[in-house]
Amino acid sequence: METEEVIIGLEIHVQLNRLQSKMFCGCSTAYHDSEPNTHTCPVCLGLPGSLPVLNRKAVEYGIKVGLALNCRIEEETLFYRKNYYYPDLPKGFQISQYDFPLATKGHIMILGDDGLERNIRINRAHMEEDPGRLVHAGTIDKAKYTMVDYNRCGMPLLEVVTEPDLHSPKEARAFLDKLKSILEYLEVFDGSLEGSMRVDANISLRGGDRTEVKNISGFKGVEKALSYEITRQRNIRRRNMTVVQETRHFDEIRNITVSIRSKVGAHDYRYFPECDLAPIRIAAWVPAIKDALPELPDAKRERFVRQYLMKDDHAKSLTSDIKVANFYEAVAACAEPRLAAVWIADVLKGELNYRNLGIDAFKVDDMAQIINLLSSAAITEDGAVEIIRAILDKKGGSPQEIVKARGLGRAEEDVVQKAVLEAVAENASAVADYRAGSERALNFIVGAVMKKTRGKADPGEVHRLVKAEVERI
Amino acid sequence: MITRDDVEHISWLASVKIEDAEKDEFVEQFNSILDYFHQLDEVKTDGVEPTYRVVDISNIFREDVACQSLSQEEALRNAPRRENGYFKSPRIV
Repeated sequence: METEEVIIGLEIHVQLNRLQSKMFCGCSTAYHDSEPNTHTCPVCLGLPGSLPVLNRKAVEYGIKVGLALNCRIEEETLFYRKNYYYPDLPKGFQISQYDFPLATKGHIMILGDDGLERNIRINRAHMEEDPGRLVHAGTIDKAKYTMVDYNRCGMPLLEVVTEPDLHSPKEARAFLDKLKSILEYLEVFDGSLEGSMRVDANISLRGGDRTEVKNISGFKGVEKALSYEITRQRNIRRRNMTVVQETRHFDEIRNITVSIRSKVGAHDYRYFPECDLAPIRIAAWVPAIKDALPELPDAKRERFVRQYLMKDDHAKSLTSDIKVANFYEAVAACAEPRLAAVWIADVLKGELNYRNLGIDAFKVDDMAQIINLLSSAAITEDGAVEIIRAILDKKGGSPQEIVKARGLGRAEEDVVQKAVLEAVAENASAVADYRAGSERALNFIVGAVMKKTRGKADPGEVHRLVKAEVERI
Repeated sequence: MITRDDVEHISWLASVKIEDAEKDEFVEQFNSILDYFHQLDEVKTDGVEPTYRVVDISNIFREDVACQSLSQEEALRNAPRRENGYFKSPRIV
C-alpha cells in the first residue's frame, strides 16, 4: 500500500468556561443542563441597540494561554466582525479577530509517532465569541427546519490554530491531549463539560489538495474523522482521481465525513473592524501574568524525575492531568515517593480508567496507607491490588480494615519458609523435572506454596525461596 | 462596477431571494450607492494615518460578573416561530 505523507493542521475552539460570564455580556456561562434560551440578553441575542462590553478576565485568560503556548503577545489587539448569515449567529456576524490576533507564533511539545518529542508550531491564538447551538430535527442533511438555542452564544472562545505539523490521527490526538492538559493547569478550562473543545481539521496527502473537516467534538471523534478522511483520500488517489478542496462534516453516528457545499470563501466574510469595541493595549499586563503562570506539565514532569527519582514514563503519566499530579504529590508527602509513583501511574490509573472514574474517586490518605503497608512489607503486591479494587468497588472501608477483613496480611517469613520446605518435599517429580531443565516445573512448586499460604506470600519472594531450596538439596 | 453575478452572489450570502426581474434594478441601485461613496475619493488623505475610530480610546472592559439573564419567555418574545423553548428557523445549508 502507498504511504504518502499525511499533513494535518488543527483549529481548536476552546471555551474559556472557567469564567463566570460571557465574552461581551453578563450572562452566566453555566448554561449546561439548562433549558434552551434561558442564558441570554439583548447583547448575545443581537437585539438592535445593544452594545458589547469586553470581559477583562477573558483577555487575561487569553494572554495566559498564549504565554503557556510560547506565543508572542501582540501589544495592541483588535476585534473584527466576521460576517456570515446563519441562524447560529443572531447578529449576522461573529465578533472575532483577524489582523493582530492576541497571540502569534508559539509552539508546544508532543510525543511524535517516531517516539521522539517534537515541537508543533502554533500559528496563532485569537479570541472570539461562540455561536449558538443548532438542533436539527433529524440528520443535518435531511432536517426540514432548525431549532436554535442561544445559551452558548457569546461564550468566550479562544481559537488555537496550529501549523500543518501533525502527521497522523495519533499525533493529532497527542497534540489535543497536551493542549487540554496545559489549559487545565492554567485553570481557564474545564474539559469535562460538553462541547468545551471543538476541532476543525485540515488534512491532505503530500502533493494533494486539502479538505477541512468541521466541528468535530471529542478527541476520539478527531481520531476517527481523520482516519476516515485519510482512507477516503488514499482511495481517491488509488483510482487516479483528484481530491477536491472542500469543507466536510463529520457524521458521528455513521463515523464518516460528508461534503457540505459551501460557497463562502474567506473574502466573503467581509472582515472589518468591530467599531463597537475599543482596541486593547495589553503590553503592560504581560509581565505580571507571565510571573503568575503555574508550573506547566513539561516542567512538572522534569521536576518529578529530579525530585522523586522516578522514571520519565511515570512522570509523564502522573503529570498529564493536574489533578493526578496534585494527588501524587500529596501521597508522596507521606509515603515512599518512588513506590507511590509506580503504584499510582501503573496500577491506580489503570483501575480508575477501567471503571471510568477520575482521580477524585480515591482518597490521598487511602493511597498513602497502601503504599506504607507495601513498603513495610505488611502486604503483598497482589494484596495491594485487591485493596485498591475493593475501595473502588466500595466493598470495605479503609485499607487497614480491608486487610483485616480479608486476611490480606502477608504471611510471616517462617510460615512461608515452612511451606516452601513442605512443597519441595511433596513434589519430588517437579524437582526432578526442574533438574532436567524445565524452568516451568518450578512454577508448579511455587503454586503449591501459594496454596499452602493462601496467597498471602509474595510470589516473587516464594519463587526465589523455592529455587534456592531446590538447588540446595 | 457591480454586475448581475455580484447581485446574485450577495443575495445568496444574505439568504435573501431576489426575483430575476428585480436583478437589473438592484445592479443599478448598488452602483449608484457605490458612486455616491466614491465622492470620498476626492478628499486628499496624503500623510493622514488610517483610522477606524473618531475617538482614541482603548481598554474598555467589564468585570467578570454574571448577571440576571432574560427569561425564556422574554428571549422568545419577538420570535416569529418557536418550538419547545427554541427559536425555529428555516433549514439553511
